[in-house]
Amino acid sequence: MPMTNNLDPAQRFTKTEFVVRKERIQSITKVLFAVMAISMIIPLLLIIGYLFYHALPSLSWEFLVEVPKKGMRDGGIWPAFVGTLYLVVISLAIAAPVGVFAAVYLNEYAKDNWFNRIIHLAVINLAGVPSIVHALFGLGAFVYAAEFGYSILSAALTLAIMTLPVIIASTREALASVPMPFREACWNVGASRWQTIRAVVVPNSISGILTGIILQVSRAAGETAPVMFTGAVFYKAVERGELFPYQLNEQCMALSMHLYTVATQVPNVKESIPYATAVVLLCSVLLVNAGAIALRVWLRNHKKW
Amino acid sequence: MNDMSESDRLPTLPKRSVVSMAGEKLLEFIIRLSGISAIVFVLAIFFFIFREAAPIFFSENFNLVKFLFNAEWYPTSVTNVRYGTLALTVGSISVTLLAMSIAVPFGLGSAVYISEFCSPRLKEALKIIIELLAAIPSVVWGFIGLTVMSRTIISLTGAPVGVNLLNGGLILALMSVPIIVSIAEDALKAVPDSYREAALALGATNWQVVYRVLLPSAKNGLLAAVLLGIGRSVGETMAVLMATGHAVQIPHGLLDSVRTLTANIAAELGEASASSDHYHVLFLTGVLLFILTFAVNLTADFVIRGIRRK
Repeated sequence: MPMTNNLDPAQRFTKTEFVVRKERIQSITKVLFAVMAISMIIPLLLIIGYLFYHALPSLSWEFLVEVPKKGMRDGGIWPAFVGTLYLVVISLAIAAPVGVFAAVYLNEYAKDNWFNRIIHLAVINLAGVPSIVHALFGLGAFVYAAEFGYSILSAALTLAIMTLPVIIASTREALASVPMPFREACWNVGASRWQTIRAVVVPNSISGILTGIILQVSRAAGETAPVMFTGAVFYKAVERGELFPYQLNEQCMALSMHLYTVATQVPNVKESIPYATAVVLLCSVLLVNAGAIALRVWLRNHKKW
Repeated sequence: MNDMSESDRLPTLPKRSVVSMAGEKLLEFIIRLSGISAIVFVLAIFFFIFREAAPIFFSENFNLVKFLFNAEWYPTSVTNVRYGTLALTVGSISVTLLAMSIAVPFGLGSAVYISEFCSPRLKEALKIIIELLAAIPSVVWGFIGLTVMSRTIISLTGAPVGVNLLNGGLILALMSVPIIVSIAEDALKAVPDSYREAALALGATNWQVVYRVLLPSAKNGLLAAVLLGIGRSVGETMAVLMATGHAVQIPHGLLDSVRTLTANIAAELGEASASSDHYHVLFLTGVLLFILTFAVNLTADFVIRGIRRK
């Protein structure tokens, strides 16, 4: 018998047809899904590289702190950059406290009844409202009805309402990650609900809360439509490198809208200027986000429980 | 009242000052107030947009049926003003459909790869990249559409203009992939590990686990991911404004320029003088969009809630 001649079990073992087929499908699907994952990253890296390459002639410190010249065909982006800082800081100064308090209510106070389910639905729907609808709302409510006019205040309020639901959601997630026994221990020594929240729940979730808020910095900075119709203007005369050029009731320039303007509205712009504006906006947003992600990873590795 | 009598019996317990108690009550009031703010804002959005839109119903140039089902949009015509949004609606739908037909397979495929196939370290890296992708502002996407994508499309297809339905669809697909991936990945993560272990113990490969176990049990979450991707595409403004071209027409091919409901508002709101018919009609389009996305989001939430109850 030939079979007995070969005693090496590694040689003798044969896969059934079924196993061969299943392993083949397994390896095909693995490659297919890997290609899918990669194919959404590679083109993007190429695109960002392309933007950088075309932006290079204009990218410099001067470009950032200089004001636009010759009807935006030359010079820098300083007024737009500062304007965006104004909008982001003011909108988050409004949205962050309200959002954190709302999340505290939803996670720590709210019972599971129909009313709080409606709040939950409202948060979800607020998060899904298109940005242009927020713009219409800002125009109707803040610019006209509240008579703030086209101003930084109107634009910042509009952005605040836009970022609010996401802050609520991320804060809520952070609060929910604090284990229940932490609260129970605190209640058992006689602390009230608010004392527990202040002394135990918030300190233990502050990293998650902050990460959520920082991520909204980049969202507020990148939004165009909501500020375009409520407070951002095409051009505003500002001194080079001036730190506080705007008043609350004035209009301002914004980086996102400036990009839209130089890319579509102004003819004969020096080619590298819109690219450089896009790169500055993209890099600011990605840096802020990368910072938030790094903070989260660092804190996760240093978690005490 | 009960607390008071107990603390009277315990003489060593320090009492909190009246100010601190009142402060706490005030803070809890503020917390409750913030809690209902979301409802207030959703109602306020609807109220204020509708308030600006309402006067159009009393204009003799306006007809609701024509508004919804007529493709002729001539808001500034002097002799014959027509407010038909059908072409814009078709524009929105076609761009969204094209975007989803690319983003859904790629998004779900990537989610499956990240969740089930790759190593923990690669998984971490991919999730961070996806989060960064989701952060790219829509105006930057629009700029990419206007420059890189447009030139690529012209050189590959020979089309006369590069800003068209195909361009907008591709840009929207790239934009909505991250949201689909992150929600789909959450849905796959929510499937208990014991399901996977049971299948693996029977000799199933990863793919068999995905196909036979995960997809059936996570299908609601995956559907919600798709719905939220649709919601984001329909509502996207700046990117489609810059990437789809500017023709109000019902597209006949991928290389036709289109205009969407959102882009139309963004393009014309600046020119429409306040309290003109044109201005009110744009707000009415906003109401339409609000209701549309409201319905999509509500459905997505009910779908997600469906899995939780199970």
